[in-house]
Amino acid sequence: MTSQPFRLNEGGSIDRSREISFSFDGKSYAGHPGDTLASALIANGVHMVARSFKYHRPRGIVGAGAEDPAGLVQIGSGATADPNTRATEQELWDGLQAHAQNCWPSLKHDLYAANDIVSRFYSAGFYYKTFMGPPGNWMTFEPIVRFAAGIGKTPDGPDPDAYETINRHCDVLIVGAGPAGLMAALSAARSGARVILAEETAEAGGQLLSLPESGDGAITIDDKTPRDWIAGALAELASNDRVTVLPRTSAIGYYADNFVALWEKVSDHLAPKDRNPLLPRQRLWRIRAKEVVLATGAVERSLVFHENDRPGIMLASAARTYLHRYGALGGHCAAVIANNDAAWQTAFDLQAAGATISVISDSRHQPDDALVNKAAERDIPVRLAHQVASTGGRHRVKEITIESETGNIEGFDADLVAISGGWMPNVALFSQSRGQLRYDDDLAAFRPGWHWQRTHVCGSADGAMTMAECFSGGARVGAWAAEAAGCTANAAPVPELANVGPEPTGISPIWQMVTTEGGKKAFVDLQDDVKASDLELAVREGYRSVEHAKRYTTVGMGNDQGKISNLNAFGIISGAQGKSLPELGTTTFRQPWKPVTFGAIAGQFVGADFEPRRTTPMHDWHVRAEAIFEPVGDWLRARAYPRPGETFEDAVQREVKAARTDVAVLDASTLGKIDIRGKDARTFLNRIYTNAWSKLAPGRCRYGLMLGEDAMVFDDGVTSCIADDHFHMTTTTGGAARVLTWLEDYLQTEWPDLDVFLTTVTEETAVVSLSGPKSYDVVKAICDDAGDLAPDDFPFMSWKDAAIDGVACRVFRISFTGELSYEINVPASYGLWLWEKVMEAGAPFGITPYGTEGMHLLRAEKGFIIVGQDTDGTITPFDLRMDWIVSQKKGDFVGKRSLYRSDTVRTNRKQLVGLLTEDPATVLMEGAQIIATPDEPAPPVPMLGYVTSSYFSPNLGRSIAMALVESGGARIGETVYISRKGAKPLAATVTETDFLAHFAEKADG
Amino acid sequence: MFVITCPYCGERDQSEFAHAGEAHISRPRESETMTDAEWAEFLFMRDNTKGIHAERWIHAAGCRRFFNALRNTATDRFLAFYRIGEKPPEIDDVVPATPCGEAVGSGNDAVKVERPPEAGR
Repeated sequence: MTSQPFRLNEGGSIDRSREISFSFDGKSYAGHPGDTLASALIANGVHMVARSFKYHRPRGIVGAGAEDPAGLVQIGSGATADPNTRATEQELWDGLQAHAQNCWPSLKHDLYAANDIVSRFYSAGFYYKTFMGPPGNWMTFEPIVRFAAGIGKTPDGPDPDAYETINRHCDVLIVGAGPAGLMAALSAARSGARVILAEETAEAGGQLLSLPESGDGAITIDDKTPRDWIAGALAELASNDRVTVLPRTSAIGYYADNFVALWEKVSDHLAPKDRNPLLPRQRLWRIRAKEVVLATGAVERSLVFHENDRPGIMLASAARTYLHRYGALGGHCAAVIANNDAAWQTAFDLQAAGATISVISDSRHQPDDALVNKAAERDIPVRLAHQVASTGGRHRVKEITIESETGNIEGFDADLVAISGGWMPNVALFSQSRGQLRYDDDLAAFRPGWHWQRTHVCGSADGAMTMAECFSGGARVGAWAAEAAGCTANAAPVPELANVGPEPTGISPIWQMVTTEGGKKAFVDLQDDVKASDLELAVREGYRSVEHAKRYTTVGMGNDQGKISNLNAFGIISGAQGKSLPELGTTTFRQPWKPVTFGAIAGQFVGADFEPRRTTPMHDWHVRAEAIFEPVGDWLRARAYPRPGETFEDAVQREVKAARTDVAVLDASTLGKIDIRGKDARTFLNRIYTNAWSKLAPGRCRYGLMLGEDAMVFDDGVTSCIADDHFHMTTTTGGAARVLTWLEDYLQTEWPDLDVFLTTVTEETAVVSLSGPKSYDVVKAICDDAGDLAPDDFPFMSWKDAAIDGVACRVFRISFTGELSYEINVPASYGLWLWEKVMEAGAPFGITPYGTEGMHLLRAEKGFIIVGQDTDGTITPFDLRMDWIVSQKKGDFVGKRSLYRSDTVRTNRKQLVGLLTEDPATVLMEGAQIIATPDEPAPPVPMLGYVTSSYFSPNLGRSIAMALVESGGARIGETVYISRKGAKPLAATVTETDFLAHFAEKADG
Repeated sequence: MFVITCPYCGERDQSEFAHAGEAHISRPRESETMTDAEWAEFLFMRDNTKGIHAERWIHAAGCRRFFNALRNTATDRFLAFYRIGEKPPEIDDVVPATPCGEAVGSGNDAVKVERPPEAGR
């Protein structure tokens, strides 16, 4: 004997041999494997599961699947808490804990239900009116609205579950495993196609599972029960290794070129102890299908009448699903409200299962006589051409009153009201594929129309509302799709159907029930608490477009996206505008079909795999030295090497000092390196750099600036001549990939006649950069035949081949610090070896490793720029006051013409200068704004420019800064002021950017 | 996400490619004789075609080559792929007429729903 008062003794897909326990809102209940949380709650007589978003009205279970609007609950707690889970979609497992959300202190005693009393203040456009109203309104309302409106609680820690993303190609992807989808899969599989069949729920069968298995209403398929037929179909598919059947898998997005995202819930239906630790919790399938078959079924729409939102009022189809699929009776005394034939079967089935039917109320005048007779045979009271006037009951519906056309009002008891406003083809995915919809008067709904992706629609998704059409259409379309994918069509035979019940035909659309009393609380959208009157108000306030009306009223928004309510909303809006529904149109169906976890979207690409970092061959040494790292482009670079007890800032000062007094070493392996070959290499360099390259001799190096076609500085670096037809280019670390693509663009599309080949060699070589007066001592200690490399024989801006213990290397006399420098390039595999060798040989000279922060400071002391720090994409070489680097003699180069545009030749452009603060100890803030006056005037304040680089220089014993300042070159020697928050601006003198030279001259003079 | 046919490698997923702007804009050879306005036309001005649009792509994670494509920006359908230097093929893309006169596939309300001809304006 079951402890579940509304559980039937037989029928459905549940396993009655096992009882499992779960809790809802702190109370324990029993259910069975195969239940959803919703079906188990219904079996226990619980309909109220939530409070609505705005008015905190009681909300019950309305649907039986993804279409349910408002039965959202919180599953679990802590880091695995899952808010806003649809009770209708959560499969039951032993020990499941669910909580009501959006209520305080409890579901049944919710203080925010007072919102309902003040609902007139929350009319259509409440948010807009508050935002756009007098300033301060939103400030007043916001804390209250935020607290009251939050739905669900977020997890309190990082998600401990694993997720994965996989890619798959197939011939035919079939979405939905109802009768049409199963038939399509059988046909496509028999035709030899590679098939993926995705079913949103745990079990294939769709509407077949919501039909009686026995009794006089039982359908037979080839003389089998629906479940036996389904089992046979699945067995055939399982025996074909070209077919993948995915249960618990929703198609959530249909994108361009038949790219469809499937979301599989792999483990959510299992108790944590039963989950396979090797499997992810959820999986995102990225499917590229040659052909897509949409067999997504149809969704029943709700009816709009006064007080239609009480728990216990559910879709007639859902009541049947709970009855036949889960063996749960929605109520003991049911009223059925319909405008079509199919809902009548719900009344007959509920009665057969033991419920009393208090009334079938149909808004039509003349439904099918056979139905009326059948109801009469069963002693079911029938009222035709009636509308619902009101309902009663606090936390669950208790009674319903209906009104005839003549105004006669009648009341009936009902703890279950099954409503049906007709069926709508589920066109969400079709519409996401950017197919056009077509309004069908017979269905009173939109159905798929014109499409241009390789999409096929079958079954009720295509508006085929009879069971026979679902079977035959699926069989036909599955074969077509396989043929279109290149297979030979071999359609599965269509089974014989017998004893098919009433079908959802003969619909007489009714968007809103209107009775003499009128009804203020006729809800269209149960999740967002949008009433018919809100939509009418929006139209009166001038909202014509359906998209605008949606946003103004929030109808069809939220996590259900109005799956059962949108069409009613459009009907009411078009009615209020005096338009036909197809004239009004529809809102846009966008991805995803339903809310998806972030975990599934992130997949396995989390943590270290979220954005993998590149590291240099010397990385392990930096790690052992406990360096502080920073990301630079894709790379992870050592920023500084603090010694024990030393701060980061102290470490940088020490490293920078060492680079000018003794010797310091930098891992420069990340610099972008491009190998340039071909007889036109020089011509190419002349065209992409601003300066001249015709005379650079082999063995020599030159610094170059690259501009965009707009003359703005794009990248810089040193390029060395290896041979007349061979150059070695370096780029900034972050710009390497961008520069290579950009160079390739010119070579491939503008100058295909040039004989030039580019190869990225960044990772081929490791670079150790020595800097400081004792750097040659280190070179001498490690290099074979080092005499050649002495500074006197090896001028600045040249390079030589050399060897270290017989390992060939290239040594460059180039510098980013202004000190005596050697950059040693070795094959990457020798990088760590060389670094360790340098550290060992340098020890007697006090060699100090320095990081990127030290490098930045050292170059600033010398006044060298960093592209991207001292430039921002609006800075020309003239703005940098590097006129010397722009050749006036050579021909055209990229950016040349733009250097002479009226805007780029303006004399009041911002120019790069140095700044020395009055107080040498004050380090300016990078980004600080520069003004002309000692006091900040009233806004708007004229801004002269801003600080781009700023440091405390240990070698100069004072602060230094670089800045872009309006007409900066003409202001050398002048005083400018740097604005600060809440304090008097700081005075600073404008100087040249080479601070080493500036102070050396002073010392000389 | 598109399937793109690289003229050198064949069909590949869009994730291997990068978009590279409007096609068939040649860098002027005699830029020094151009007025600022003429130069600005080359430098800044781009078409914002609704309909058939020629654009460049690069097979960034593949052969690294640039190539051209014709795409109907209203329907987001590729109509042709061809090499740099080649003339765009003549394309007669069938774009169903809509009552409001806009190309199918745009975000406009009025083209999401097919209507009987007499319902048009």
